[in-house]
Formats: sequence, structure tokens, C-alpha cells
Amino acid sequence: MSPLLELRGLTAHYGDFQALFGVDLALEEGRTLAVIGANGAGKTTLMRAITGIARVSGGSAALAGARIDRMAAPDILRAGIAMVPEGRRLFPSLSVEENLRIGAHARRGNGFWTLARIYELFPVLRDRRLQPATALSGGQQQMVAIGRALMSNPRVLLCDELSLGLAPVVIREIYAAFPTIRDSGAAIVVVEQDISQALKVADAVHCMMEGRITLSGPPASLSREAIHDAYFGVRHA
Amino acid sequence: MIWLDTLLQGLMLGGLYALFAAGLSLVFGIMRLVNLAHGDLIVLGAYLILGLCTALGLHPFLAAVLALPLMFGLGWLLQTALLNRVLGEDILPPLLVTFGLSVVIQNALLMGFSADSRKLPVGPIEAQSLPLGPVTVGVMPLLTFGSAILVIWGLNQLFYRTALGRAFRATSDDPVTAQLMGIRPRSIFAIATGIALVVATIAALYLGARANFDPAAGPARLLYAFEAVIIGGLGSLWGTLAGGLVIGVAQAFGAALNPEWQILAGHLAFVAVLLLRPRGLFPRAYD
Repeated sequence: MSPLLELRGLTAHYGDFQALFGVDLALEEGRTLAVIGANGAGKTTLMRAITGIARVSGGSAALAGARIDRMAAPDILRAGIAMVPEGRRLFPSLSVEENLRIGAHARRGNGFWTLARIYELFPVLRDRRLQPATALSGGQQQMVAIGRALMSNPRVLLCDELSLGLAPVVIREIYAAFPTIRDSGAAIVVVEQDISQALKVADAVHCMMEGRITLSGPPASLSREAIHDAYFGVRHA
Repeated sequence: MIWLDTLLQGLMLGGLYALFAAGLSLVFGIMRLVNLAHGDLIVLGAYLILGLCTALGLHPFLAAVLALPLMFGLGWLLQTALLNRVLGEDILPPLLVTFGLSVVIQNALLMGFSADSRKLPVGPIEAQSLPLGPVTVGVMPLLTFGSAILVIWGLNQLFYRTALGRAFRATSDDPVTAQLMGIRPRSIFAIATGIALVVATIAALYLGARANFDPAAGPARLLYAFEAVIIGGLGSLWGTLAGGLVIGVAQAFGAALNPEWQILAGHLAFVAVLLLRPRGLFPRAYD
């Protein structure tokens, strides 16, 4: 059986600049995968290419065996891939609840995630549901962004830099929601600069550098040194 | 008492300007598109109503009801076939294209209907008036004013109470992230322009019922509409209503002082608001 999400030799360009060089990646149903790497390694471009925001210039991406690499972003969402974008990108003219509801804009039929379940996952959002989304603290905004993505009942949830700009205690609070999200049946890809968080939740880790995956494996099999080297591009002779 | 009467007439006239402006405001609010052909599309709507009146022997109000879905379709088509292709980072192409469209509509109307001015035959209602306390007010101006409030209220309900309105606002905020929600910005834009032309048709009905119109009448309507939108604050629908009323009242008082000052007074009010509140009376908190 083919993996739920499979990338083969994926490349992406910004004009003449090549940002991804033949990325291979496979995500199985119900698993969590971490993509780590320094700033500019191509992690966000990879997420944008999968979701159709950035154009794929070569290779293939498939969801449950069906090609998605030529599809437009709204169709990829409908196919079952939702993203929590870097910087959260909440809609400032929508309230917290409206931001959550718009996550279900394209949804047909029922699924595990409902407004009530999101409020169970992040109770603080229920109290602030009528406020403008951008009036919330950074951590609460991140919760809204996660809830908004979940409202489409995705098969694959991509999380781009959840911890960026948040205090460690807030980051822990957000990652505490991951077991519930995983139990809901969604496979997860987390993109992180914060390696320690990524290693804690992931079944497998891919380390990216300069648009390539330079190291892959389950967290336990990778030594700190190997990750460090792949992250910073140090080569031992 | 004469001043009260003038104020009332100004408010009624302002309702018409708000109707001119509402569609423009809607389109600008959602896609940052300044449609320079908006005035001509209103005039086109007036000719469409007139054509339906003549062809089917209908009263203008009934003809307008028939014209509403046709104009929605035209708006949808216009956005899908033309405007969506030129919308982008650069604001100049849409300006040039809608300017060209304005010229095309004017000349097409000139070919089809000649330069003679027309009027919609609304019948005796045109001359009827109601006593309103110490003053009397015409039924048609009152209908115009009521329609303006209804239209703005309706658009607000649509914007803030429906899933479509939520998609409008989200797309306006951030079209890229909206796509991550499964929203297709281009089809949202097409619906928005369709709705804008529905409102333009309502404006066309009152324009044609109150005064003469001819193929070249569009640009002046656009100017009033544009001023109303700016006075109200970009992106605010109630602001647009207020903007229309400001121009209407200013024109009425200008005309009361000296009939030659009517138009000038409206423009002066516009300049005054711009000087005092450059972002308009009800600017959006962010942009």
C-alpha cells in the first residue's frame, strides 16, 4: 500500500532560484513526522509546495496514491491536506469563532473535528470566541490557527513553525494537544527550528539543508551529533 | 423651516449617492479594485431597465426586478472573463482596463440608444408626496432613501452574518491564506462583482426614475460614488452611506444658497472631509 502522503523528487523554484532539490518523503497514516532545519533550509517552501501555494517545478506529490502536485491550493485542501501556516496568518477582520468556522468552509459532511471539539481541545478559545482573532496572545492565536486547520478534518495536518516567537511554557501547552490530534486520525507533519519539541512528538525526523533532506530516521536512531551536523551543515572528515 | 426642508432633500439625495457608491465600496473592500466603469455600469443598468420596460411593456419597478439577475450575471461574467485576469500586485492594469471598459460602454450605448436623454416612465408616483410633520417629502426620494438604507443593511448582514460574507472578509484580509481554507478567491470576486451590479441596478432604477440619463452620464455618477466611498472610509459600508449623505446634504444646502453652487458644494464637502479626516469618517482599524 502506498503511503498517505508521498513526495518523490519534489523540486520548487522562486523564479530562477531553486528552493527545493528533489525532496523524497513518505508519511504513513496516523504517524507524525518532523522536518527540522535552519532558517532558509527550504522547510516552509516544502510546506507551501505540498499545499499548492508554491508551484511545484518537478517531481511528484501524491495523497493516498492520487497526484496532487498540479492541483490548486483550494483543491488540495479539499483532498485532505490542511496547513497551520508560519506566522499563523489569522484573518484579522474575523472573530476567533469565525476564524475557526472558515476552516470548515470547504467541508462536506461530518468528521471528528467540530467547533465543540476545538473548544474542548483549547478551552481558552471558548471564552474569547467573539473577540477579533488578532486581539489574542501569540499562543492563543496559534491555537486558533491549529483549530482552524483541524476544522476541515484533514487527513494530513501540516504545522509550520508552531513554536516561533512563543515562550517555552506556551509551546509545551500547544504541543500537549498533539496526542488528541493524532488520535483523531490525522497524520501530522511538524516543521520546526525548535529541535527538542520536534523530536518529542515525531515518529520520524527529516533534517533539511539548502533545499535537500540531508538526514532521515526515527528520533531514537539519530545521535545528537548527527542531527547537529545535518542542521548546521558541518561535515566530519 | 426652509432649512429643515433643505436638510431633508439633501438626505434623500444622499441616499441616491449612497446607492451609486455601495457597489463600488463592496468591490473595493473585497478586492481592492477601483472600478472606473462603475458609473457607466449604472447607466447601462438604467438602459437595460428601459429596454425591458419597452420590450415587455412592464412598469420600471418590475423591469428592474427582471434586470437584477441579468446584471448579476453580467458582473459575474465581467469579473471571470476580464477583471480576474488583470488583478494582481500592480494596481494599474485594473484601472486601465476598467477605464477602457467605461469608454466601450459609453460608446456602445451611444450606438444603441443615441445621445438623446431618457427617463424611466414610473408614472404618477413621481409627483406624489407625503406630509412629514412640518415638511413634505416626495415619495420617490423617500423610496430612494429607504432603498439605500435597506441595501447597506442587507450588504452588512451578508458580510457579517453569512458564510459567504465570512469568505468575502477572509479573502479581503489575505487571499493566499484564504486558499488554504478551500476558498477560491476568483470565484469570490466574481460573486462580489455580481452583487455590486445588483446594487448598481437598484441605483439605476432611481437614477432613471428621478432624472434624465444619457450614455455619457456615467462618469459623473462615478465621481459622486467615489467621493462617498472616500468620505465614509474605504471598506466601510455604513461609512459609504454616511458619505453619500454628506455629499447630498452639502449639495442641497449649496443649491439653496445659489443653484449654481449645488455640485461645487458637494465637492467642497469632500475636500473638507479629506483635509480633516484623511482616512474618512469610519476608517477600518487595519489595512
